[in-house]
Amino acid sequence: MSAFFGAHNIISPLGYNSSQNFEALLSGKIALQKHFFDFSEKPFVCAKLEKTELDKKFSSIGDPSAFTHLEKMSLLSIDDVLKQSSMDLRDPSSLLIISTTKGNIDILENKYPAFSKDRAYLHQLAKTLGAFFNCSNTPLVVSNACISGLLAIIMAERFIKAGFYKNIIVCGSDIVSEFTLSGFKSFNAISEEPCKPFDAKRTGINLGEGTATVLVSATPGKIRILSGASANDANHISGPSRTGEGLLQAVKEAMKVSGKSNIDFISAHGTATEFNDEMEAIAFSRAGLSSIPLNSLKGYYGHTLGTAGVIESIISVLSLENNILIKSMGFEAPGTTQALNIIEQTEKKELKSCLKTASGFGGCNAAAVFEKV
Amino acid sequence: MESTISSYCRIKDGNLWLNGELFLRENKEEDLSAFLNSVYKKIELNYPKFFKMDKLCKLGVLAAEFVIRNTADFGKLSKEHMALVLSNSASSLDSDRNHISAIADKSHYFPSPSVFVYTLPNIVIGEIAIKHRITGENAFFVNQHFDAVLLHDYCELLFKNKAAQSALCGWVNVDGAEAEAFVYCVKNLNFKQENQGFLQAHNANNIQKLYNSEYGSTGDHQ
Repeated sequence: MSAFFGAHNIISPLGYNSSQNFEALLSGKIALQKHFFDFSEKPFVCAKLEKTELDKKFSSIGDPSAFTHLEKMSLLSIDDVLKQSSMDLRDPSSLLIISTTKGNIDILENKYPAFSKDRAYLHQLAKTLGAFFNCSNTPLVVSNACISGLLAIIMAERFIKAGFYKNIIVCGSDIVSEFTLSGFKSFNAISEEPCKPFDAKRTGINLGEGTATVLVSATPGKIRILSGASANDANHISGPSRTGEGLLQAVKEAMKVSGKSNIDFISAHGTATEFNDEMEAIAFSRAGLSSIPLNSLKGYYGHTLGTAGVIESIISVLSLENNILIKSMGFEAPGTTQALNIIEQTEKKELKSCLKTASGFGGCNAAAVFEKV
Repeated sequence: MESTISSYCRIKDGNLWLNGELFLRENKEEDLSAFLNSVYKKIELNYPKFFKMDKLCKLGVLAAEFVIRNTADFGKLSKEHMALVLSNSASSLDSDRNHISAIADKSHYFPSPSVFVYTLPNIVIGEIAIKHRITGENAFFVNQHFDAVLLHDYCELLFKNKAAQSALCGWVNVDGAEAEAFVYCVKNLNFKQENQGFLQAHNANNIQKLYNSEYGSTGDHQ
């Protein structure tokens, strides 16, 4: 039994559904902007979803004062996918998987004095989202750093293939917070300008917030999840392997089924840090993929952490369906020791399959191949 | 090809059980940090990186160490095909709270990368992977309560898909003063299992029994 992608939704500063988001990317719009925060004199370039508009949109399905920012984004996104697919999470053959790194971390920042601090527990987030849709099965929370989203999709494929469920909704969600901004800043990992993945002048990441939700189903669709794998560098908890071991292993595993000659483009992780992008270039080169058109979407969305794997997979699916290669925003000149074929212009091209990768703190890496049926 | 649990370690309330036998009983008044450091000394871990870790990672690395030292033929298992599948209820809350404290007061502001890096629960997987050079599949789940069915089913899926040949699985949790760990090794291999003492069939019932049981024998062979 195969697993297919079904309905999907993206909520980001570029729009409240996938089409709006895709159209924005096609016209070269980016979600990144300078934002001021009360804890910092200098602004941060990041992608932040405007609260008033979110509350307005959310009021059509629930009371905005009863939920956190993250919960509202997530519920709206899941709701859209359920409506598009006429799916019901009350069905015992369905499952909701939540991918998040920090969940409602802003509760610990005292942003919601009326809510209990217990709501910061990720299993409480699962309860809140699960209760809203009367889920038959307790939502599953995957929290595996920045590979969470892609890993959740790979897990969904594994569960569907084994016949455990017929329909799995994968929802990736994370917010921009003082917690994460200050943390990444302490690593000197944050760029003061819109980030430049794989570029010679890249100086670090931008953080982005958003939610992305996709249905992974046994019901045949246009795009199949052919394979997926994860692997660990076993090298360092915050720096990637200099030789790209873990990513290479994950990519090789994922490509065992497809073969490398059948990959038409790569949606890489491309955070725009010096070390990550260099590591990826080495891993892709060792895998024999240097000439495959490649992009990172983080120049549009920033690094959306637990959302990244899902949001970027959905855009990859749309690229496949529309036969369009999306330009790797922020790239101007090669900045890695191993050459890559960075997509420099958004353009039409016949596409059949793609490789999606992700890497994260803790030495984790994930890779998956999606193909047109 | 049936999978087997080849060893397990249970740490709870300052007590440490290995394959069902009480290995260590620590002073109840001792706080968690002191307990973790004293276990480290007792087993002569000799791993300086230990002292940089947060409590969650120290706990996970110690529990894994017991399991690994007491798994027959652990050295022969392919580390490239060994999965790390862990879970907990508090995620990285212990380190999260430390980072929050560091940024709460603007007049006393000290966010640090050495604390922030631990604000992700899967770092404990990373630390175990680094120490033992385990490069296989990873998964970290957050559940309200220990979920034997989830861990069993996911591990078996990895075996069925040939994504792993063995796995270290379990639960490692630190929430304030509460700390507990339950880590076990599962093997799904083609070669004949020598009589290796502790051995249990890998199924959700047995996993739950081992998690629940705190005293007693090494269990029946199933």
